[in-house]
Amino acid sequence: MAVSPGGFMLARLDDVARWAQSSSVWPLTMGLACCAIEMMSVTSAEYDIARLGSEVFRSSPRQADLMIVSGRVAQKMGPVVKRLYDQMADPKWVISMGACASSGGIFDNYAIIQGIDTIIPVDVYVPGCPPTPDGLLYAVNLIQQQIREGGRGGILARS
Amino acid sequence: MTMSTTPLTPEIVSQDGNAMVLSMGPQHPSTHGVLQLLLEIDSENVVKAEPEIGYLHTGIEKTAEGLFWTQAQTVIERMDYLAPSSNALCYALGVEKLLGITDQIPERAQTIRVLHMEMTRIASHLVWLGTHGIDLGAISVFFYCFDLRENILDLQEATGGARMHPNYVRVGGLNGDLPDGVLAQLDALIEKFPGRMRELRGLLQANPIFQDRTIDVGVLSPEDALGWNVTGPSLRASGIAYDVRKAFPYCGYETYEFDVPTRTEGDAYARFLVRLDEMEQAMRIVEQARRRLDRPGPVMIDDPKVAAPPKETIALSMEALIHHFKLMSEGFRVPPGDVYQAIESPRGELGFYIVSNGENRPYRVRTRPPSMYNLQALKGIAPGNLIADLVVMIGSLDPVFGEVDR
Repeated sequence: MAVSPGGFMLARLDDVARWAQSSSVWPLTMGLACCAIEMMSVTSAEYDIARLGSEVFRSSPRQADLMIVSGRVAQKMGPVVKRLYDQMADPKWVISMGACASSGGIFDNYAIIQGIDTIIPVDVYVPGCPPTPDGLLYAVNLIQQQIREGGRGGILARS
Repeated sequence: MTMSTTPLTPEIVSQDGNAMVLSMGPQHPSTHGVLQLLLEIDSENVVKAEPEIGYLHTGIEKTAEGLFWTQAQTVIERMDYLAPSSNALCYALGVEKLLGITDQIPERAQTIRVLHMEMTRIASHLVWLGTHGIDLGAISVFFYCFDLRENILDLQEATGGARMHPNYVRVGGLNGDLPDGVLAQLDALIEKFPGRMRELRGLLQANPIFQDRTIDVGVLSPEDALGWNVTGPSLRASGIAYDVRKAFPYCGYETYEFDVPTRTEGDAYARFLVRLDEMEQAMRIVEQARRRLDRPGPVMIDDPKVAAPPKETIALSMEALIHHFKLMSEGFRVPPGDVYQAIESPRGELGFYIVSNGENRPYRVRTRPPSMYNLQALKGIAPGNLIADLVVMIGSLDPVFGEVDR
């Protein structure tokens, strides 16, 4: 962006749109397990995800841009997660939070889906059991970076 | 409660009047996790509520059977994720009972265990209070609660190395002694707590909106509470002063002075008050435990069958090295038998029924999760109420789905 002599800000429309989009990535309220508690912690005063513009947790998938899969996904929950993802409007992003969501973690058994990337595309994986809130903040940062650089996140991953 | 293998979809029950079936959850902001409720409603009134569970079934009990006695504790700790240490402690106490070493646990280890349990109780109730507040539209409570909880998590991180699942309690004692500086942190928390509690009470206790939403909502009579096998704060709010810490003391709880807060109303407001009182009582125990911590001492049992040799001896002694290797690669064996051990978790009586057949792995670890039994009561108290009140009832029973579905 450049400031012209007349006091106007000049920018490409694309850049402005991306700047606006990256500063308002609204997550879906979907708590699954232990990681959901840490996901709640990022909205608290100590971590304050509002600094990134992502404090508006939306309960309806129609209004959400970002799905944070926070915890282990049981075989029974898998179809529900998939359906919620499908219901979200494009463009949309997915953070796989924690070891269980990313790979099944310590639960290598009959009940847990061994990584949600087997059912939905994932943009950022956050390691940890559970990851610290700082880890999740960094993941949101990476998503913002992707948007600002012109990536289309989930859409690219699907094609 | 029902548990099927596939997600349920609501069916139309009746075409007359305003009757319909409404599916609430499993993704819903106020079901506190992945609970699905199939509600039969007549306009705004709930006619029948059927909790559908199993959306977080993790197979923890089965996984534990394939792990060593100490390893199993790692997965067991992830059941009740609001109070991880209480799962670990209950399991460890059970295994210690089977090993017959309950009396040999060092006193300092017992004190630190009690300290951890009570801090976990406060942290767990803080999450409950914060989310309960959000359910009822009181958002600022959440920030106060999580700020205080953050202090407790800092302490857990300092002692166990992780914020949420420290795995600090071990069979035979603790993972290690408290590191330097933790006691000063603890003193700061003890200092901060009363003022913060006053603020929390000030935000909600006399708040007319909060009272309107909770008083006389979800009344659980003492008979029903016993009939549904409800335990913990939800039972004590109905007037029955049953607390495992008093009834069947463990970890030396009989040597601490504390009251068991009870109310007789049995509604959501009573459960709220009981939990707040409990947080203050928990802090009383923390203070007493803090005073006992000035005396140094061992924190792990002196029994080579269970405890690994001290780290400094491993590099110097071949026997210690072999001993360490054997213990880590094979685990220890537990004599055949079965045991039931219960503790008072923040949600009620948490029990483990552990069976050993003499191997180095548990034969069966059956859990009695308090949330699951408490959640059953919802079926009894929901009919006849408004859908909006249902949110209050779920919140006031404080279920944790990691524990319900496990």
